[in-house]
Amino acid sequence: MLRYLIRRILWAAVLFFVVTLVTYVIFFLVPNDLASKVAGQGSSQAQRARAIHYLGLDRPVYVQYGKFMWRLIKPVPVHVAGVPVFVLPQGDLGRSFVRATPVSTLILSAAPVTASLVFGGVIMWLLIALPVGILSALRPRSLLDRASMTFVLIGISAHPVWIGLIFAYVFGFKLGWFPISNYCDFFNPSTDCGGPVQWAYHMFLPWLTYAILFAALYVRMIRANVMEAMNEDYVRTARAKGAPESRVLRSHVLRNALLPVVTMLGMDIGIGLGGAIFTETIYNLPGLGKLALRAIGDTDLPIVMGVVVFATFAIIIFNLLIDLLYAWIDPRIRLS
Amino acid sequence: MLLEVNDLKTYFQTDDGIVKAVDGVNFSVEKGKTLGIVGESGSGKSVTCLTIMGLNAKKNTITSGEALFNGENLLTAGSRRLREIRGNDIAMIFQDPMTSLNPVHSIGTQLVEAVQLHQDVSKKSARARSVELLKAVGIPRADRRMDDYPHQFSGGMRQRAMIAMALVNDPDLLIADEPTTALDVTTQAQIVNLMKNLQEEFGSAIIVITHDLGVVAETADDVLVMYAAQVAEQAPVEKLFNRPHHPYTWGLLGSLPRLDADVDRLVQIPGQPPSLLRPPSGCRFHPRCPYVFEKCKTVDPPLVGISDDPSHLQACHLDEETKDREAAKLLATTMAQAS
Repeated sequence: MLRYLIRRILWAAVLFFVVTLVTYVIFFLVPNDLASKVAGQGSSQAQRARAIHYLGLDRPVYVQYGKFMWRLIKPVPVHVAGVPVFVLPQGDLGRSFVRATPVSTLILSAAPVTASLVFGGVIMWLLIALPVGILSALRPRSLLDRASMTFVLIGISAHPVWIGLIFAYVFGFKLGWFPISNYCDFFNPSTDCGGPVQWAYHMFLPWLTYAILFAALYVRMIRANVMEAMNEDYVRTARAKGAPESRVLRSHVLRNALLPVVTMLGMDIGIGLGGAIFTETIYNLPGLGKLALRAIGDTDLPIVMGVVVFATFAIIIFNLLIDLLYAWIDPRIRLS
Repeated sequence: MLLEVNDLKTYFQTDDGIVKAVDGVNFSVEKGKTLGIVGESGSGKSVTCLTIMGLNAKKNTITSGEALFNGENLLTAGSRRLREIRGNDIAMIFQDPMTSLNPVHSIGTQLVEAVQLHQDVSKKSARARSVELLKAVGIPRADRRMDDYPHQFSGGMRQRAMIAMALVNDPDLLIADEPTTALDVTTQAQIVNLMKNLQEEFGSAIIVITHDLGVVAETADDVLVMYAAQVAEQAPVEKLFNRPHHPYTWGLLGSLPRLDADVDRLVQIPGQPPSLLRPPSGCRFHPRCPYVFEKCKTVDPPLVGISDDPSHLQACHLDEETKDREAAKLLATTMAQAS
């Protein structure tokens, strides 16, 4: 178990370096006009050169990457009662080129928005997919089953941007049921809107938009898994033991049918982070996706790197958690 | 009589038409006795037993006839009543122990579930009963193995665990659907012996479904030979083996592999088992029967007792003289090879 964890963490470190390096190199190759942005439109040649030098952009790419990495992982001793006990990475992501704000500040303010979107979305897609998938597996070819398969087809085919725009137009603009844009903080009622109710109210359409694609995929997967599990020999054994149908379903069918869903969930949360860009843009949510999109437009490398570092980190942690969870719920899996 | 099955029919509606999987089967099982049901794959052996247990899918299945268990017709019993009977009065073990146990629950959990479904006892006493049964089926260190999962058991041990789970509520009837088919030969012998010993200990009646005539010879008191959803021959075990009366039974006996004789090819019954969607006219075995004559093709032979022994039933038009001659010939070769 411990060896497994150590190996996983080492692999995660390798992955982390590869992802950041690739992002760095790609960014370096993109033509940009950072100098005039940083030094200002009317700046002189010398001022621009000084700005470039100040940002370190006149150095070779490996030097820039090395400096970036060192700032990030430089060990900093942690003192307990004045005595250094252990070290932690410094975790400095630098400052934005364009805005001169520390990147970590920007990330920390955007991350909760994306987290609300992703986790709320996951809960919503499971709330849709679990009952619909299970019921259509239990009644194949029924009206519900056919309706849900139609939903699956639409959900998989329609692009989230289109769905988002339609929802915003119909439910937001025409019917006026939900706000079309903006984010309300969960904890902070001091601003013009805030608190859990306003937060959920503003997030409902983004969640729905975000959830539809995955809900469709999961309905299909859950339906197929449940139908397959229903035909397993051990389900027949459970019936032969005299178990009532509800117990057969709960303890024997679903327990097995939903195992793969857990794995899928771990992977899809990673993919879902990418999908958050669309939803955040449509509903004007100040999350990581929007931050990254703007930074790419500005060729603001530190912010892009910051989002990449953060997202990579989050995905690695999630996959690890899901794997541990999987080993716990499926006795056949041994972590070694 | 513990179980009496009268004119049992199970039809499945499919897109291609009605499949008559069981077509008019009669038999009975006495308390503490063993009935062997033999036949090829698809002859209706398993469906017969699943029908008795009420385990066929309800959709697109038509069932008729009677299955009287202690006088109560199981085919018309409500689902609640059937659940009370299943696993308690009638228990079942299946062909493939690899897939018949739930992989995500420990062996102990599955045994305890079986107890608690029918007995209002604490988890602790259900567990004690389960350990007792695992010991009885010969699982060493049963108390510790309770917490193991099926994948930690070998095939033979899993089948032992299945048997323990079936017997945990002391059923009157145990239906074993090809209990040894998925096991290797040495394990097969162990399981057969185990079932015989447990029957003496627990006094359950057993229906053993198999295509292994060896298993039948070892365990059964009576034998039912099924062919194409119908009974071809039915007799006490020694009579069936000493004086088989149906050409299909001869084929089965003749196709047993011989360990003592050096043969290039195993003997087989020519042809394929018939489609149950459109079974052959007359006697269903006639397209594959070497003794076929005109009457076989049109008239379905009734299942009747042979003239000097009403307990030996068979469905064949051949005259008894020919049958005795052919049966004797078959036995002579078997004996000659055996000696």
